[in-house]
Amino acid sequence: MSNITPDDIKHEFLKSKMGIAGILILGILIAVSIIAIITIPIETFQEWNNPGKWILNPKVATPIWVNIFMAEKIPEHQILENPNIRVISENEISLVSHQFGLNFDYDDYPNDFIYVFSAEYSDSPLLEMSVIRPDGVKLDLISTSLPYSDTKTVYEERIFSTDRSIKKNLSLQSEKFGFLFERLSAEDIIFSKNQTNEPLKGNYIFLINLYGVNTENQISESKLIIGGKAFGIMGTDELRRDLAVGLLWGTPLALFIGLVVSIASVVMGLIYGVYAGYKGKKTDEIMMRFNDVIYALPALPFLIILSVTISNSIFLMVGFLMVFGWVGIAKVARSMSLQIKTRGYVDAANMMGQKDSKIILKHILPQLLPYAFASIAISVPAAITTEAGLSFLGLGDPSFPTWGQILHDANTFGAAARGLWWWIIPPGIMIAITGLAFVFIGNALDVIINPKLRR
Amino acid sequence: MKKYIATRVATMFGVLMVTLLITISLVGSNMDTILKQGIVFQVRTEISENPAIAESFSSVVEFEEFVQAQIDQRIGILGLEEPWYSPQRIGITMYKIMLLDFGHATFLTSDEGSSDVKDILFEKLPRTILLFTTATIIISIIGIFLGALSSSKVGSIIDRITSSFAIISSSFPVWWIGMLMIFLFAFTYQIFPARATPDIPLSDPRYIGSLLYHMALPLITIVMIGFGSWAYLVRNFMVGIMQEDFIMAKKTIGIKQKKIIYTHALKNAAPPIVTILALSLSGSLGGAIITEAVFDWPGMGRLYFEAITVMDLPVIIGATYLLTVFFLISIFIADLLYGYFDPRVRRGQ
Repeated sequence: MSNITPDDIKHEFLKSKMGIAGILILGILIAVSIIAIITIPIETFQEWNNPGKWILNPKVATPIWVNIFMAEKIPEHQILENPNIRVISENEISLVSHQFGLNFDYDDYPNDFIYVFSAEYSDSPLLEMSVIRPDGVKLDLISTSLPYSDTKTVYEERIFSTDRSIKKNLSLQSEKFGFLFERLSAEDIIFSKNQTNEPLKGNYIFLINLYGVNTENQISESKLIIGGKAFGIMGTDELRRDLAVGLLWGTPLALFIGLVVSIASVVMGLIYGVYAGYKGKKTDEIMMRFNDVIYALPALPFLIILSVTISNSIFLMVGFLMVFGWVGIAKVARSMSLQIKTRGYVDAANMMGQKDSKIILKHILPQLLPYAFASIAISVPAAITTEAGLSFLGLGDPSFPTWGQILHDANTFGAAARGLWWWIIPPGIMIAITGLAFVFIGNALDVIINPKLRR
Repeated sequence: MKKYIATRVATMFGVLMVTLLITISLVGSNMDTILKQGIVFQVRTEISENPAIAESFSSVVEFEEFVQAQIDQRIGILGLEEPWYSPQRIGITMYKIMLLDFGHATFLTSDEGSSDVKDILFEKLPRTILLFTTATIIISIIGIFLGALSSSKVGSIIDRITSSFAIISSSFPVWWIGMLMIFLFAFTYQIFPARATPDIPLSDPRYIGSLLYHMALPLITIVMIGFGSWAYLVRNFMVGIMQEDFIMAKKTIGIKQKKIIYTHALKNAAPPIVTILALSLSGSLGGAIITEAVFDWPGMGRLYFEAITVMDLPVIIGATYLLTVFFLISIFIADLLYGYFDPRVRRGQ
């Protein structure tokens, strides 16, 4: 081992393309983590496993950008929130009318549509929903009276496109169409051309009318969701979760796990190994035997048993990973300190009566720092992949969704068999990119420390 | 040398005992609860199947006392009245496990229907060894060849491709590549089966063919991810050796570069290579848990995973023990080989 000053390392490191690439990727990942922490509220990702939170998203939707490459455009998920509101009062009858305009320009039918509303009324008003299509045809969808109430009340409901009365109303208007639609769902009829069963492009207007007698009615919340087959940048999964949220939040978690585990285990290993090597004799023998014991424990089975029996909390898992991480480093650190301890200045310091702890901290450890940095970088990917592996087996911490857990869900819902590539590929690529950043940095450092590799 | 082997054996045995102790203490309390519940259930069903017993008691209290006495008696026979951490019980459990007597599985059975943990384990073990040993051998052959080749032309295109492939492949998890491979070659292009479990019974003569066919996809995946880092390691050893004085001397004499690499240099790189071979064989057994779960390969790894999902504790203990034994044996062999090749190690310098 030669003496390399920190300046040398910096200088050499900046010359290595691989090292710079690693630093660049790492920088991007850190930026992504910061963006994730700032833009996505913590509550969102804590509610990752709460299905109620994601109810308004479509099921297994592809990412939106797929449409750029497709000749036939996949309908995007749309949530229409700001209707045109008109209030008309004529004699005793009052009418509240909400109009949603929708520009439908896709080559496939939407998945479904849901109308979410909450109405403030008394008595029993009549709710009507109809649609005016681009070809001018008006279809009545539903006409229902809201539950009777004596006093002013607030009533919330969701009207789904699978509602039976919608289908029934449509079949009453079947003379407007030139095909049979017994087996078709409501959205396949509404968004279809009237002679052939193909999607009709253009501007649709959805009308919601609330009729009341002698009362002042109001629709306070009004949302029309056109369930698409494409959603967001990364699509959604079977449980309607926005995968972009999971992928973004996975970044700080993976960096946290990888860095904490590798830094802690390298520090532990260094101190342990250097102390054993410096002390020598009996201490060394006993410490190295203990090291052998930990080294010979099969790590993965033990991690699995620990997470099953003790707890699957992410912090405990970080601790368990550390327990198995420091062993190899301790061995190398010991053999390095055996060499350094024979040098003149260590002897001199010893003769001057300096304390052991001071000699180790001041004279031996600084010599090992380049090696320490390289091993921190090199051991990060292993920590990340091990955690991902445990999560993939379903042993992860459910309150912190990691990339491994997304892949676990993908595997449970048979994403491979169903061809849901956007559920499988991005999390794995994120794991690999994160690993790659650290492997690049580690290798660049390694080449500087071991000049033999450079030729 | 004898002293060296003796200390290694002693250490290994110590490690085995420590592993067993940790495993038992982690699952011990759960195991007791499950066993006791099993006994209660057993007694209750026996009594409800035989109404005459219940009718022979005049009061409910008396009847309950009888049931409790029955339960206590059986717990006593099994020696469960002492807590699991009493030295006696731990001693007996460890002694039994050492003799490969793991008891009966709670839920899982072998393909033939035996619930003896030993039967289950020895049915699954050969399959894991078949898959992972084959993979490791293929990986090491490709790796040694590629490594030697790229070390002979440092800086060439082959060297660069090997190195970058090694670095890139090392950061992909094998099981994720496995998922991708299943996605691509089992569903999108239907070349290989998605589940690696052969679907014909053992007795059928075509079983071996089917097994090999089902093995193809996991084997390709493991080899694809594995050989890069092997080649890179071998290359680095060889580059180091090629700078030694004796190689320089051989070069100046005028021995051909090819001969130097494949005979003299490779021979000197053998000790670390053989050591890593032994270690990676055992390491692959541990990694098998996730890989086998992805490919549904009916080996030890999947068994382990299944045992954990249903908390079948005897199987967990047995599988951990067997995995540890294999791991230790291969570490031991690696140590011996290293000592054999490098005399400095065994003299403890």
